[in-house]
Parts: sequence; C-alpha cells; structure tokens
Amino acid sequence: MVLSEKHLLGLKGYPKKDIQKIIKTAFNFREVLERPIKKVPSLQGITIVNLFFENSTRTRISFELAQKRLSADSINFSASSSSLKKGESFKDTAQNIEAMKIDAVVIRHPSAGSPKILTDFIDACVINAGDGTHEHPTQAILDMMSLKEKFGKLDGLKIGIVGDIIHSRVALSNIYGLLTMGAEITLCGPPNLMPRFIRDFGINITYNIDELIEWADAINVLRIQRERMGHNLIPSIREYRYLFGITNERLNNHKKELVIMHPGPMNRGVEIDSEVADGDQAIILDQVLNGVASRMAILFLLCGGKFKE
Amino acid sequence: MRLKKIGKNVILKGGVILDPVSRTKTQGDIWLNNGCIKMIGDLTDLPSDKEIIDCEGKFVTHGFCDIHSHFREPGREDKETLFTGSLAAMGGGFTRVCIMPNTNPPLDSPESIKFILDKSKTCPIHIHPIGAVTKNQNGKDLTEMGLMLSEGAIAFSDDGIAIQNSKVMRTALEYSIVLNVPIINHAEDIHLSSDGLIHESLLSNQLGLRGNPDSAEAIMVFRDLELSLITGSKLHVPHVTTEKSVNLIREMKIKNNLITAEVTPHHLYFNVEYLKSFDTNLKVAPPIRSENDRQSLINALVDGTIDCIATDHAPHTIHEKETTFDLATCGMIGLESCFGAVNKILMDNQRFELMDIITLLTIKPRKIMGFEYDLFKKGSEAEIIVIDPEKEWVFNQENIKSKSKNSAFLGERLIGVINYTISKGFIGKN
Repeated sequence: MVLSEKHLLGLKGYPKKDIQKIIKTAFNFREVLERPIKKVPSLQGITIVNLFFENSTRTRISFELAQKRLSADSINFSASSSSLKKGESFKDTAQNIEAMKIDAVVIRHPSAGSPKILTDFIDACVINAGDGTHEHPTQAILDMMSLKEKFGKLDGLKIGIVGDIIHSRVALSNIYGLLTMGAEITLCGPPNLMPRFIRDFGINITYNIDELIEWADAINVLRIQRERMGHNLIPSIREYRYLFGITNERLNNHKKELVIMHPGPMNRGVEIDSEVADGDQAIILDQVLNGVASRMAILFLLCGGKFKE
Repeated sequence: MRLKKIGKNVILKGGVILDPVSRTKTQGDIWLNNGCIKMIGDLTDLPSDKEIIDCEGKFVTHGFCDIHSHFREPGREDKETLFTGSLAAMGGGFTRVCIMPNTNPPLDSPESIKFILDKSKTCPIHIHPIGAVTKNQNGKDLTEMGLMLSEGAIAFSDDGIAIQNSKVMRTALEYSIVLNVPIINHAEDIHLSSDGLIHESLLSNQLGLRGNPDSAEAIMVFRDLELSLITGSKLHVPHVTTEKSVNLIREMKIKNNLITAEVTPHHLYFNVEYLKSFDTNLKVAPPIRSENDRQSLINALVDGTIDCIATDHAPHTIHEKETTFDLATCGMIGLESCFGAVNKILMDNQRFELMDIITLLTIKPRKIMGFEYDLFKKGSEAEIIVIDPEKEWVFNQENIKSKSKNSAFLGERLIGVINYTISKGFIGKN
C-alpha cells in the first residue's frame, strides 16, 4: 500500500508522511486540471460508490468530478432516493452495495463514526466525506493544500478558525491535520459553541475576532448554519456578525496580509461579507479547485495508484 | 446452563460455605431436601437415595439478587421474556431479580403487576416487578402505588425516564412513605444531558459525539437527595456513575439514613476510552464515564457510599446495535457476566476480599428491597450458588443465555465463574 492505512476515516493520528504524499500528488493532479484534456486513465476499471446519507452539493460534485477525471466508474447513492426511506438499515444498504462488487465507498453520513462502523460491515476501501460533527478529512486536506500553495509551507503557519466549532467537522479535521503538519491554531467563536475540552487539543482560543485577525496568517471562516439561529445558540444574525463576522471594515483596521478561506457554502452578510469573499485576500475558489485535485490524489493513492516523488 | 428440577435429596459436598450474614467461611456440606435446607455442616442420618454435587475447591454461598434488570415482557418478547431472563439470571448466579417497568405497555397498574407475578410463577427464579411511579411513565400522574404494592410490586421507578418535574418527584416520595418502599429515579437532567451520546470529555470532543456531562447526573442526584431529606422518604439512586454524585451521596448519607445507591458492573469495569472504536455495545445510559469516575465508584463501594451492585441488564436485538452510533439503542445485558467482571475488578483492588464482593451481590441488595437476607436458615427454600472465584475465562456468545447478545464484555477475560445455581426447586449447571 502506498498509504499506511487502507481507509481515510479521519486525520486524528493520520501520519504526517501520508498527508505529505497526498498533497504532493494533489499538486500533480492540479497540473492535470489545468490542461485542455483534463482526464487521465489512472483508475480505469475501478468502481467507486458515493454513498450520501446527507444532502451535499459541492462535496459530492467534487468527488464525482475527481472520479471522472481519473476514469473510474462511479455510482451515486443518496438517502432521498434510496431504500433508506423504506426502512432498510445502514448495514443492509452497505452490504447490498458491496455485493455488487465495488472497490471503494465515499460516505457522507449525519452520524459521527459511521465511516468507521461501515468498515466493520464491508471490505471495500472507505473514504469519509463528512460524518456528523466528527471529521471531514478531505476538506482539511484541500485546505492544507491551498495553504501550502499560498505560503509554500504549513510548518509554523498561524491559522485562525472562526465560527461554530462544536458542530464543525471541518474544524476538527483541520485541527488534527494542521497540528500534525506543524501549524499553530487559534479558534474563535461563541463560547457556547466551543467544545468543553478543546484546549486540551493543544490549540489557543480567543473570543475577540480582532485579536485573531491581528495574530493569524490565514483565517478559515466556518459556515454558520441558519438553523442554529434562535435555538439559544446564536441570538441573531446581526449579533453574530457584530461579534464574529469577517467584515471589510474589520480587515481594514488591521493593515496586514491575511488569507481568507471558507469551506462553503457561504452565508454572505453573516459570517463573511461579500467584499471580503470576493476580495483579493480570499482564496475560496482556489480551495474549490484544489478540492477536486486533493480528492483525485486520495482516490488515486487509496485505489492502487503509485506515489511519485 | 443446563436446568432441571432438583432431586428429593441433594448434598452439596466438600465446599467452603461462605455465609455473608455471619461473615464466616467454613468447610462443610449442605443437605437439601425437596429444595429446602435440611442440614448444614457435618451431615448425619443421610438417606440412601441422594444426589451428590461435588463442591470440592469451590465456595457455596447465597444466590445473588439483582435489583435492576429488564426482562422486556410484555411487549418486546423478541429481546427477552420472563423465562429467558430467568435463564440468564441463573447463568449469572442470580436467584432473585427485580425488573423495571419500562415494558410495553409499562407496568403502571395493579393488573400489569399481577400479570408479571402470574407469569413468573413457573420461572426458575424469583421475579419482583418494580412498578412505574407515574402513569405511562409520563412524569406527571402518580400510579396506584398502593394497589400495585398489594399485587406484588417491590418498589417504584419510571426507569430510564427521569422524573424531571421536582414537584412530581416530591409528591411521589411523600406518597411512598405510607408504602415504605423506595422510589428509584434515574438521575439525569435531560435538558442538560441534551441527547448526549457519550460522557462529555476530551474523547467526546475528539470523536465529535455529543457529550453528556457528569453534572447532568449530579444535579439530579442532588435534587433527589434533598427531596428525600425534606420528605423523610426512602430514595434509591440507581446506576451511579460520577465522582460528583458519589460525593453528594456520601455527604447526604450522614444526615439521612433512608438513602441507598447502586453501581453497575459495566461502570465499574469500563472507562470512556473504550468508546474510541464507536462500539455501540458500550452505548449505555447513563454513559460510561472517565477513569477518575470509575475509581471513585470503587472507592464508594469500599466506604459504603454505594450499597450494592445491580446489573441494569438491558437486552436489545442485534440490529438495534448494529447501526450508526446515534441510532443504536442504549444498554447492555449484564447478568451472565456480572460476577466475573465485578470479581475481577474488585479482587484486583487490595481493599476487597471475596466476602465483601458476595455481600454486595447478596445481603446488601436484599436489604434495600426488604427481602429475607439470612438464607442459610434451616428449612428455608434454597437460594444457593456454587462458585469458583479464581477461575479465569473469556466471556463469549456461548455463555449468554439471554435472548439478546448485546454485551461489551464479549471477548473480555473475566475472573470467577458460577458452577451451580439452585433456586425455586431448580438446579442449573453452567
């Protein structure tokens, strides 16, 4: 095996050398994506199922595109169109799909730990595309690739993550990945949306967004889910924007270079202002392109491709 | 467990008779005549037709008593019935079991209590239903506790549904004074625990699983202790899991002798780190807590803050556990693995000897429920077990007599086995 683990379930404890291999390979595929013909035959004959138990647009499209660019055969399964509505269990769904002879499963599921539990039921390679409030490792890898592209390194970078940390799998995977790669992390967001033991992860916390802007090389702005508003979690949009919103005004107060990232989809005017999202400091669309390249690299390396130095 | 009717004359020969009442261990034989104790010690005038059970190198002691089990009948006979639950109990050395009222329908009327009593008559162990405190376990309207008691209810509890309304809890405690039986309340502030899936901890944060904080238990334990104090009524705190609750109970016991508490084998055995692998068999309510909490539970058994061990035997089907962590049902079976697990953990701790462990499974729980606890009296119906407390074994599927197999002890190395269980005129051999 090129990577030390058969599956990609999360970045907690994931080896540094494997993250490096994935990012390095992703840059090679990024170059492929810039060509007029963007397709390579690397995974011809490999069948991959995208098992989506939760709505997703961009992650699913990104994976699907990555599979097509690698010439893999892909099949999409989504909860809304599936037998889940008829009461079929998670185990049966998984085993039925595997019985059709597939090589890998990309799974998104609302429940933390589901990709791990899936590996107990099937033999195919499992890639976590987001499990509840646990991990979203491919997002963190594309974020790290984007930072590497911008700064040329990850070691020693100061990264801020802002928003609803406790409900964010993007935050958790970024924390695990970035710490492994030697970056420093400061979290910022409402204290009631901060996990109780998060300090023990070896990161900093601030509740002052201006302090974070002053400190960071880059800030990853998390999406605030509108359904959380008014449930005693966040009193209102304007209140959130006042305390934690990334506004042009705020950025202008700090005369410094700062890279702005967002995993999407954005709530313009809530966690991030349009001027910032569309401004020069934002690398949000680069993240999207790197997402395809990263997922190509992950699928390629896990499904039998060779790593090239 | 091979089960049969006990013969007319049975001799338990050559074992060490461990009597937790007199706290004595003596080499000797026991003669059972028609399932009752005829003679203990040096036997004389033995009849010629007798069955001899070789107890050489084993201990002969009281049958265990579990004051917290779930036998699922009526309603979920696919998980357990009164009969299969009895077999599981016999396998674990339990001759007397109190069952919780969270059946379907719940045990919230005199009729439903009578149903359990009638149906249990032919079972090989003594089964005592715990009646619901409120109708349909709704947390609002008191049940006919007096009539239920007259039909055979032994205590009252809404089981896993914690009574949230403090006024209802106070009323239930006050009302229970006339009945002189304990009220058992699952201690959990459900707004604070907020559908937490595992103990709120560094691990819950690392796994992205919603945390259930220790305070959610401690806050409710405090409320219930306080209400017991001001009403002067018997309160039993089930499955204590946290150091905070232990400290509260310890302090309140100084002022109020009407409080009792229990701990489960799984909370004594596992800590939250075991959940790293998302093992749904370890999803239980209340959750498996930290190592520090686990140690405080052991300490609480040493100083008597926690009175006894109770299994919270909770059978569930395979498919209810073989699913994603959030959907998996809470609970694990516990009767068959109880002694091996508890004995292993407590023997490992220098402050316990076998006598203490047996006491926690026999006299102590019987006293809480007001059962006869001096079981070696001549003439009494035998509730006796033969055990080998030093035998090491690995708990596996074949050891499970319950209809359900949801145990986190599967594959665990345990110490101490039950060889024979004698109860209600039956003898079971493991």
